[in-house]
Amino acid sequence: MERCDDMSTVNLLKDQLVEERKSFIVVKGRQKNQLKCEADSIAGCVSQRACVYCGARVVLNPVTDAIHLVHGPIGCASYTWDIRGSLSSGSELYRNSFSTDLKENDVIFGSEKKLARAIDELVEKYNAGLVFVYSTCVVGVIGDDLEAVCRAAAKKHGIEVIPVQSSGFIGNKSAGYRAACDALLRLIELPAGKLPGRTAGSGGRSVNYLGDFNLAGEAWIITNYLKSMGVDVNVVFTGDATHQSLKKAATASLNIMQCAGSMAYLARRMEELYGIPYLKVSFLGLEDTSASLRKIAAAFKDPEMMRRAEELIARETAGVRPVIEQYREKLRGKKAAIYVGGGFKAISLVKQFREIGIDVVMVGTQTGREEEYQTLHDIADDGTVILDDANPSELEKFMLEKGAHLLVGGVKERPLAYKLGVAFIDHNHDRKHPLSGFVGAINFAREVYSTVCSPVWKYTRGMGGVLHAQE
Amino acid sequence: MHRNEVNTRHCRNVNENPCNMCMPMGGILPFKGIEQSMVIIHGSQGCSTYMRRHIAEHFNEPVDVGSSSLNEKGTIYGGAGNLKQALDNIRKVYRPRLIGVLTSCLAETIGEDIDGIARDYLHERGLADFPLVTVSTPGYGGSHAEGYWLAVKRIVAKLARPTEKHAGINVIVPNLSPADIREIKRILELMRVKYTLVPDFSDTLDSPYTRTYKKIPEGGTRLADIEQMPGAAATIQLGVTVDESISPGHYLQNEFGVPLYNLPVPMGIENTDLLVNLLARLTGGKIPVILEQERGRLLDCMIDSHKYNARGRSVVFGEPELVYAVVKVCVENGVFPAVVATGSRSARLEELLKPVVAECPLEVRVVNEADFTRIRACCRDMGVNIAIGHSDGKYLTEKEGIPLVRTGFPIHDRVGGQRLLSVGYVGTTMFLDRITNTLLENKLKNYRSSMYQKFYRGVEENNQCSVGS
Ligand code: SF4
Ligand code: SF4
Repeated sequence: MERCDDMSTVNLLKDQLVEERKSFIVVKGRQKNQLKCEADSIAGCVSQRACVYCGARVVLNPVTDAIHLVHGPIGCASYTWDIRGSLSSGSELYRNSFSTDLKENDVIFGSEKKLARAIDELVEKYNAGLVFVYSTCVVGVIGDDLEAVCRAAAKKHGIEVIPVQSSGFIGNKSAGYRAACDALLRLIELPAGKLPGRTAGSGGRSVNYLGDFNLAGEAWIITNYLKSMGVDVNVVFTGDATHQSLKKAATASLNIMQCAGSMAYLARRMEELYGIPYLKVSFLGLEDTSASLRKIAAAFKDPEMMRRAEELIARETAGVRPVIEQYREKLRGKKAAIYVGGGFKAISLVKQFREIGIDVVMVGTQTGREEEYQTLHDIADDGTVILDDANPSELEKFMLEKGAHLLVGGVKERPLAYKLGVAFIDHNHDRKHPLSGFVGAINFAREVYSTVCSPVWKYTRGMGGVLHAQE
Repeated sequence: MHRNEVNTRHCRNVNENPCNMCMPMGGILPFKGIEQSMVIIHGSQGCSTYMRRHIAEHFNEPVDVGSSSLNEKGTIYGGAGNLKQALDNIRKVYRPRLIGVLTSCLAETIGEDIDGIARDYLHERGLADFPLVTVSTPGYGGSHAEGYWLAVKRIVAKLARPTEKHAGINVIVPNLSPADIREIKRILELMRVKYTLVPDFSDTLDSPYTRTYKKIPEGGTRLADIEQMPGAAATIQLGVTVDESISPGHYLQNEFGVPLYNLPVPMGIENTDLLVNLLARLTGGKIPVILEQERGRLLDCMIDSHKYNARGRSVVFGEPELVYAVVKVCVENGVFPAVVATGSRSARLEELLKPVVAECPLEVRVVNEADFTRIRACCRDMGVNIAIGHSDGKYLTEKEGIPLVRTGFPIHDRVGGQRLLSVGYVGTTMFLDRITNTLLENKLKNYRSSMYQKFYRGVEENNQCSVGS
């Protein structure tokens, strides 16, 4: 075990790190768990966080047949053009990046007219029934009345035009999740006085699956599992969802929710509005996947469904377990650092690493919530560094200090890990291979193995090849 | 819309799939090419994170950029406090010798006076001499290309001071790959030129693996060298498309009387000749045999592949400076461009292209402020069969089956954008090979089936030789 006691932690915070960041970092077992989180990023701390718009776009982007119009200057749209791995079984419209491309004059004189014209043109050209209009920072400041423009456009074209209040400065990525959920709630709202026709057609066994963006077909994988248990997936929020499929959301009898960071609010509201209860699930790793399938079957109190769930789990596990065991042998004793977007993913990863024999020595998130950090603290080993809204210097510091062999993170973290000679796992919305379910568990183990045990590290650690300096 | 449906009507009030990025994004790059420097975006957190991500993906290097992380309060009451805190924290953690402050749309929209804030800050902290370089880069004010040049100009303007005349030559480069910058330096060294090259991110954004990690990578143009630029014998700027108002070379000429030679990026025979000849003239030195050999090899390559290249009808897109250079290579080799597009607004590019286009035997369509939906429509009209530009051109491959030769910035769906060598005689040779091989690959891929479909009409029934009937 590497040393990371109270004194050295404190010293290092003093010497190398920014004072205000101290309260965002704890070491399990050495300090009380009183980690600060859900706060604004500190100026100049090179936060890895993206913005409200980013959060909103992540959640809504997978709605395949919608026009996603970014109301703002070009950059915001440019950096988010088709960068996600969400798959569609139908329309490809969502893979376009539409922007009102505001220029100086628009900023000075207002851009409502331009927005209205933009919507007109897009609707005419692409013939869509649903438009999401994302507001960006500039729009938030110049005070365009997004609501009014969208309302007028909706009326004019007889379609739905939903504003997404995602100006970057009103908060961080979490505020964007919230803005996206608000937009979705508007979309699924029932006409006044109408109650959802529950059980019809589904025999009371249809669920909405919240918090899967169908990266590399993950939502399809889980839908297949559920189907084999006799559960119909009504609609996924929002992987491979469409305008019409979302409209039926209120008819499901249960919501299962994976990515709580982005979806908890939506799940709660749907319970209040439509009386749909929700279950927290996770399909990352063997353990979580099996437990979640059992939980869903149990929720329906149906012995036949439970039997089928057990059958599925037994069948899949039989295939997966031996493979995982093989990797486990090779990976035992390695140490991992985790830095991901949300708390749900971090928690699942800690467990998943255990499955393959790896100890987690550092874990952090961009936007984890208090209760998620509590869980992380509970399941972490003593000495684990837990941190919120970390920056490259902190990641560097703690990875080196704790002797991590591997970092899990997103695009920005990858080159840092590599420069430190540390293996890396991509766990972001850009990836092109599934990490969910049983197949995902194998992919994950294989990816970890391929990076941790790669021959390249022999050379970076000076154990292969040598250059003889000439006299 | 489904993959095969095509609607090429063009929206006038919408940018459909952007071909450019925003101004501060371009402004970050030059700061990465100055020794021990850091950069902060004054605005909300998201912009800087997006830009970092974009740059990091291209270079496969850590790209640390600060943000003043403006929140609602800062947006309403002014962001001076945030920016000062950001400066404090960046200085503490990175200990840079220079800091750049760029603005985002948000800061500009709320009317932040970054010069004033910077002045106050330096005064309050007793740092009168610290180089704090402010650059006003509203994202809506221009594309990343303009942001890049303006940042270079501001860096030079901040550091340059009147100095004694010396024999050195200033070399100012556009947004090239680190490999390209290294090649230009090699040519300068072969020509025995004493030079200051700005900005030099050939090491910082393509740094060798070493056992110890440095928060600010080694390398970059030395501050002391930039100070001496006004005394140089000449400035060579690879920036023929740059507007004078943001041109660092013009600044040095107007303020300090340094003669400016504005040249295109040395891609292609003619453009590279221009640079080498100028260097020979300025230094009075001979052109080394090795460069002559390299030129000869390029000619040899051009001959070897000219017939394959003759089948190419290209679309060239990206930053104006690079677009111009690539078009020259295309024309020299008979891969005549059919569509030339930039996401920026560049009147200069259009002017420059006129004589080049006139040389083309076929029609050329030049599109300023283009987006990819527009470019795609043009490609269909004009029968384009090869695309040359940055990664976003993959859209043309997916939608129209046009193969893409990746060059420029950003390249985020392949590795090695930072190692692509395309300048000088050697680089052009490699670049041309990439073009030719892409044409060949595409031709050979369909050769058997396309000839079969085109010409095979079957054999008469009764002529068929039947076995065993
Ligand atoms: S266009 Fe403006 S708001 Fe958008 S990313 Fe660029 S600087 Fe930020
Ligand atoms: S301007 Fe605002 S919305 Fe756009 S990228 Fe920046 S922080 Fe996000």
